[in-house]
Amino acid sequence: MLDLATQALAAGTTTGVTGSLKVFGAVAYGLAAIGPGVGIGLIFGHAIEAMARQPEATGRITQYMWIGFALAEALALIGLVVPFIFSGG
Amino acid sequence: MNSDIQLAAASGGGCHIFSGCGFPAPGLQDFDFKPIFSIGSFHFTKPILLALICAAAVIVFFWAAFRKPKIVPRGMQNLGEVALFGVRDQILRPSLGKKGDSYLPFLTAMFFFIYFMNVLEIIPIAQFPVPSRVGFAWSLALIVYVTYLYIGIKNQGLGGYFKNMIPHDVPWWIYPILIPIEFARYIFIQPFTLGIRLFANMFAGHLLLLIFTLATWYLASLSIGLLFAATSFVMVLGVTLLEALIQLLQAFIFTTLTATYIADSLEAGH
Repeated sequence: MLDLATQALAAGTTTGVTGSLKVFGAVAYGLAAIGPGVGIGLIFGHAIEAMARQPEATGRITQYMWIGFALAEALALIGLVVPFIFSGG
Repeated sequence: MNSDIQLAAASGGGCHIFSGCGFPAPGLQDFDFKPIFSIGSFHFTKPILLALICAAAVIVFFWAAFRKPKIVPRGMQNLGEVALFGVRDQILRPSLGKKGDSYLPFLTAMFFFIYFMNVLEIIPIAQFPVPSRVGFAWSLALIVYVTYLYIGIKNQGLGGYFKNMIPHDVPWWIYPILIPIEFARYIFIQPFTLGIRLFANMFAGHLLLLIFTLATWYLASLSIGLLFAATSFVMVLGVTLLEALIQLLQAFIFTTLTATYIADSLEAGH
């Protein structure tokens, strides 16, 4: 796999990402999704635990849960978009 | 839309799986549109038309709801009141409190404009979420940015606004870290993430829907391919439901953060 990567790097030009290097865009997104994956799991886990401890606060907890989810999800989606910036990944 | 061209070319040649042609993968080219008409170098494309339709829809909806308001609401006014009070109680009151009610028209217009633009993705014929063209997201974020900067500087004065960014009861050695971070947050990071969160969610959603829709067509060769295509179509339905949730959520988040940023600009000014 290492010489595949070397070949791909040798074939790529200096301007933008050409065909053989585009696969690293997928790798980049995979790495970018680790952090937000953990984060979103924590958000929903803690929200469920809080709702179990105090069911009458469910409405307020749900509202903050969705806000936190969207903020964490934003990072994962920025990671999805960035490979497309480098000439159409 | 380039996908139309792909589908036309594919169907003309019967390009399905097992007939030797590759999957017409969606990409950035699916977000470019041929202009409907051009005036000089200004190209009037489908996203612009959809954005204008959404703006008109918001105006017509609220005008029709509150044209002749009655104390006991009837018909369209019911829906308008649900919409207005929904924004007021779920978005405005938690951040701004009762005294922020003067921002209700701004927040309502923002919420419904973004929601209508988002939901165009799953409406047939339109089928394109307008904020997935990044300029639309940046423009909305710019409006919010200028608004909260103006409110902050008007309420706290120019020096006071920057001074109130930093809490005062911290040890002295934290300041070299805290000052750049807080400055960057208010001046650079908040507008940037506000715009790109909306854009990236709509972009990724549209791309996801395109992948499964094109796959349904591509896999539908008259053999086992039909089973593959049916499975892909089930995924299309699933992704459509997911997108319906995400569209509402992104409009809600954008408006909630707008209210929060305005509250931050107002709050330290006493």
